Amino acid sequence: MNAVALADPVPDARAAPVAKRRSWLKLLFGTPLNALLTIIFGMAIARMSVWLVDWAIINAAFFPAEPASCQAAQGACWSFVIAKHSQILFGIYPPEERWRPALVCLLLIGLLIYSVRPASWGPRLFGLWVAAIVAVFVLMLGGVPGLTFVPTALWGGLPITLILTVVAIGAAFPLAIMLALARRSKLPAVSALSVLFIETTRALPLLSILFIASIMLPLLLPEALLPDKFFRALLALLLFAAAYMAEVVRGGLQALPKGQSEAAEALGLSYWQRQRLIILPQAITIVIPALTNTIIVMIKNTSLVLVVGLFDLVSSGKAALADPSWSSPAAETYLFIAAIYFILCFGFGRFADSLERRRKVSR
Amino acid sequence: MTMQSFAHDVAEPAIEIVGLNKWFDDFHALRDIDLRVEAGERIVVCGPSGSGKSTLIRCINQLEHHQQGSIRVGGRVVCREPKKLEIIRRDVGMVFQSFNLFPHLTILENCTLAPLWVLKQSRPEAEATALHFLERVRIPEQAHKYPGQLSGGQQQRVAIARSLCMNPKIMLFDEPTSALDPEMVKEVLETMLGLAHDGMTMIVVTHEMGFARQAADRVIFMDEGRIVESATPDAFFDNPVHARTRQFLDQILI
Ligand SMILES: Nc1ncnc2c1ncn2[C@@H]1O[C@H](COP(=O)(O)OP(=O)(O)OP(=O)(O)O)[C@@H](O)[C@H]1O
Ligand SMILES: [Mg+2]
Repeated sequence: MNAVALADPVPDARAAPVAKRRSWLKLLFGTPLNALLTIIFGMAIARMSVWLVDWAIINAAFFPAEPASCQAAQGACWSFVIAKHSQILFGIYPPEERWRPALVCLLLIGLLIYSVRPASWGPRLFGLWVAAIVAVFVLMLGGVPGLTFVPTALWGGLPITLILTVVAIGAAFPLAIMLALARRSKLPAVSALSVLFIETTRALPLLSILFIASIMLPLLLPEALLPDKFFRALLALLLFAAAYMAEVVRGGLQALPKGQSEAAEALGLSYWQRQRLIILPQAITIVIPALTNTIIVMIKNTSLVLVVGLFDLVSSGKAALADPSWSSPAAETYLFIAAIYFILCFGFGRFADSLERRRKVSR
Repeated sequence: MTMQSFAHDVAEPAIEIVGLNKWFDDFHALRDIDLRVEAGERIVVCGPSGSGKSTLIRCINQLEHHQQGSIRVGGRVVCREPKKLEIIRRDVGMVFQSFNLFPHLTILENCTLAPLWVLKQSRPEAEATALHFLERVRIPEQAHKYPGQLSGGQQQRVAIARSLCMNPKIMLFDEPTSALDPEMVKEVLETMLGLAHDGMTMIVVTHEMGFARQAADRVIFMDEGRIVESATPDAFFDNPVHARTRQFLDQILI
């Protein structure tokens, strides 16, 4: 112990990796109990990895993408996922028109990746998004010259998940900011309305809000005024996300010292200028971790629309599994879908992380 | 940007407060305040903690709303209506005990923000003004740093420069040196002395009696929401009229 402490009082750059390795070794084998646990878990992890590689790669069936290859294989049946990828990704969208949802997915993912670069932020990006959303709905719905009409009842798979995520969360964020500001408003009516909305929405499970939107609304509204099922679910998700995000944003507003707003006020800035230039930029930076959390939960919540009969990624995967000529390789299908969700959520998490680091640098 | 621009029409008082009363719920924080501040006049306000000094100057730019009495700034009646208030606030700068710089903006951005958004100046114009005043408070070289990278004294001088960038007619200071380490108090007081020298109308809440003696035209002593005594610095320190004032002076002058 002492020798170690004396040996590296001045950690120079070369010594650092050595010291790091040493502290790792100490952590893993420092005490008899740690050593024992390390050996037990090490063996368990090794066995599982071997089994996983066997199952997922060595003994797995990839080609030909036919039921027969699956029956012969002892491992994973990826040939099912390969054969059915179009149905899993696009649901019951008419097969000959599937280039349209494919294009929609590429467009949304491309723009998401483009939006991550700080260099591309600005009014132009906002314009691009508005244009992209319009293009997405035109492509999906059709009904314009050259594109046959595809009702939302036939939409499915990844585009549903992506559209619900991007549109519901994208629109929920500004709404959440307005709700948070309203809740802190000095006007009693404004804050009461905001409290009422937020508290009711948070008190209900998302499932019941989706049911209300899809089953109760048709009873209340005349047919002509009723938006279609997809848009009702979109609205339900949007409002639900907004209520949660509003409370997160309010947390950030409350964390700011009063002096910030007062200094801005004393300089003659108007209410909206104060919010936009001074309060919100700081408040939102404070709540990036909490906001990321809420948004990731909401991304996964989009899969709940299956209860009101929309075929999102999860439900179209489930539908694909119903084909009797295959031996229903559920694990493989759900792993494939899980991988897509993982990329979405993990990607978003990394983006939020980079945002946070960027703000720290500017301090 | 010449310093003469601070001095203006002598006939019109810079601030005129008549019969001001202010309550926080049941608590009577300001009682029947009458105060007339001439243009170019420098006033130091002192008094024990909780006597209403901050509340008084915060009523002038309506960071606190009063319930009774009237306040005029440059002839304009101070009311709660946001649009009219914003116009009055352009002419009234305020410096806080805790600086209240905007931590997410650079020093330069702190100084140009209000000129850009409130006065609608062009960016080059706003930046030129900002650099001019940063030079005056002797920190032009820090313009591209963030507030968190500056010492307390530097931050407070930036806060003064930020207010000056709006070209205010009146400056309010609420204990500007109370949050500072002793060695930084001097640099801030010197900046304020410079301002006083240039003829800025100032109301300064402070317990720095050296500043009061050097710069003030009048010292006001407040207690329990009232103005108890108002006198020239010499009269105030050497011959205070009220027993309460004497008691207070004994405490702070040791
Ligand atoms: N927002 C508020 N709500 C309720 N009471 C308040 C509020 N602000 C101030 N007060 C009360 O009003 C009185 C005057 O406060 P004020 O801040 O003006 O005193 P001060 O003279 O500036 O004191 P200090 O030297 O401590 O700054 C105090 O008793 C204080 O408790
Ligand atoms: Mg005070």
